[in-house]
Amino acid sequence: MITVESLTKTYGGFRAVDDVTFTARPGRVTGFLGPNGAGKSTSMRVMVGLTPATSGHTTVCGRSFADLPNPGREVGVLLDASAQHAGRTGREILTIAQRTMGLPRTRVEEMLDLVSLTPSEADRRVRNYSLGMRQRLGIGTALIGDPDVLILDEPANGLDPAGIRWMRDLLRGYADQGATVLLSSHLLHEIEVIADDLVVIGNGRIVAQGTKAELLASAGTLVRTRDVPGLSAALTAAGVANTESSAMGGRDTLRVEAEAEVVGTIALDARIALLELRAAEGAGLEEMFLELTADNQREITAADQGEAA
Amino acid sequence: MTTIAMSPDPVVPRDRAPFPPIPFGRLVSVELRKCFDTRAGFWLMASIGITALLATGAVLLWAPDDEQVYSSFAAAIGIPMTVILPIIAVLSVTSEWSQRNGLTSFTLVPNRNRVIAAKGAVTLGIAIVSMLVAMAIGAVGNVAGSAILGIDPVWDATFTDLSLIVLAQTLGMFVGFMLGVVIRHSAGAIVAYFVYSFVLTGLTQLLAETQQWFRDIQQWVDFNYAQSALFNGSLTSTQWAHLGVTSVIWLVIPMALGLWALMRSEVK
Repeated sequence: MITVESLTKTYGGFRAVDDVTFTARPGRVTGFLGPNGAGKSTSMRVMVGLTPATSGHTTVCGRSFADLPNPGREVGVLLDASAQHAGRTGREILTIAQRTMGLPRTRVEEMLDLVSLTPSEADRRVRNYSLGMRQRLGIGTALIGDPDVLILDEPANGLDPAGIRWMRDLLRGYADQGATVLLSSHLLHEIEVIADDLVVIGNGRIVAQGTKAELLASAGTLVRTRDVPGLSAALTAAGVANTESSAMGGRDTLRVEAEAEVVGTIALDARIALLELRAAEGAGLEEMFLELTADNQREITAADQGEAA
Repeated sequence: MTTIAMSPDPVVPRDRAPFPPIPFGRLVSVELRKCFDTRAGFWLMASIGITALLATGAVLLWAPDDEQVYSSFAAAIGIPMTVILPIIAVLSVTSEWSQRNGLTSFTLVPNRNRVIAAKGAVTLGIAIVSMLVAMAIGAVGNVAGSAILGIDPVWDATFTDLSLIVLAQTLGMFVGFMLGVVIRHSAGAIVAYFVYSFVLTGLTQLLAETQQWFRDIQQWVDFNYAQSALFNGSLTSTQWAHLGVTSVIWLVIPMALGLWALMRSEVK
């Protein structure tokens, strides 16, 4: 169990994480989804005590991370697979973790087997590792203490398709045994396949959260028309929430929080011709993700023309 | 696959006994291991013995016959030690940041004070053991030198002399350690150590020669100067006081400030 309550982290005037609250539950894989720079990594660093929070707090296994007597036994953490001493061998890095946690020596070999690093690879220095090998080693380091909670930042980075499949099955297995798995990604398909719950973050703020099923169901209806302001006004007058959407690639689309029939009836009453009307749920998570973060992305572009969003 | 009507906690978490805290001794042994487990670290440690041998050989070969005495060997071996030991201390701290393995270290042990304290204990141990090794190598050199000359070996350094030299080297090593804690960057901290121990020494000497006011207070503010007494045999109580006061100024206070900042810093 991981809880994050009203977490805020500011750097000078910049709010990297802005009032983030969510819970990652045992037995479930929670996907922490957001574009680059959304505040995922900062939030995760706060959870494991590497970055002090400006306000709010986080708990892991019911306690503040810093109060865990032997954190590696309860929480497996992988924040950056490249953050290892380049001159150490893979086996040595696992050995240091094994000794720090006070585990039997055999755990090192078990982990090397689990993450499929061959003995010759394990004896190579990490500077000669590919990103995928570093990622495997990092996952091994996170799992060596047999923890009940996993916090993994972009664990799929650098893995080949077979590796991604392997990791997905591994994490699924952990969650099915009752572990809490929190993993971040900007790769929507990866999260969509594995996660039970989703927390979507953009510009430091949570823009959506819930079970994957809920989020897909609540995606509403997409409607395309040449008279966007007119339809929007009619919908609003009828008390139906709607927002402009770029989900269909143009500026002529509204996303409406209502059934297609309701939208069609309102449009008919307002005598507005529709070009397209359909449920948004089939559009998948990617569309929802782009939509949810689109407003934030535009703000960045408007405020800071020089920087690519 | 997943059903929507799932209870909030479908799986009962494993019931495990609470884990005992990580004992300090274990952290010390891990930190000691980390000093040796890279090529750079290994050769840096090995260089203690290697340079001690080279220095001993140099005295055997080139020192005049009447200087084939133990104090010559001890002095010659001391020179490389003043360079190598502080670098070992610097790197033991700064590699956590420069190599970024601090991300793992401080996640496995969130109380950073304990990690730094373990590193401090290892630093102290390395200082003492390496000086004992160096002195033993010097003693072998002294025996060899007098055997070559066909005279009795001259042991002109007392236990007190040697203890004071160990203390001086340990202080130097902890200056390196302190700079590592304050600067947290390998190259920066090593450069700072050389500036402190070599450039600053010359500057304070110059200042003392030209400025009366500085000459008056030098022994109370110049750590290098106060330490130099350690290489000249026993210290008077005033000299101990100088050493104490200057070590507070140059070692204890910056270390405390550095630790304070380190605890609050962000590990990236």
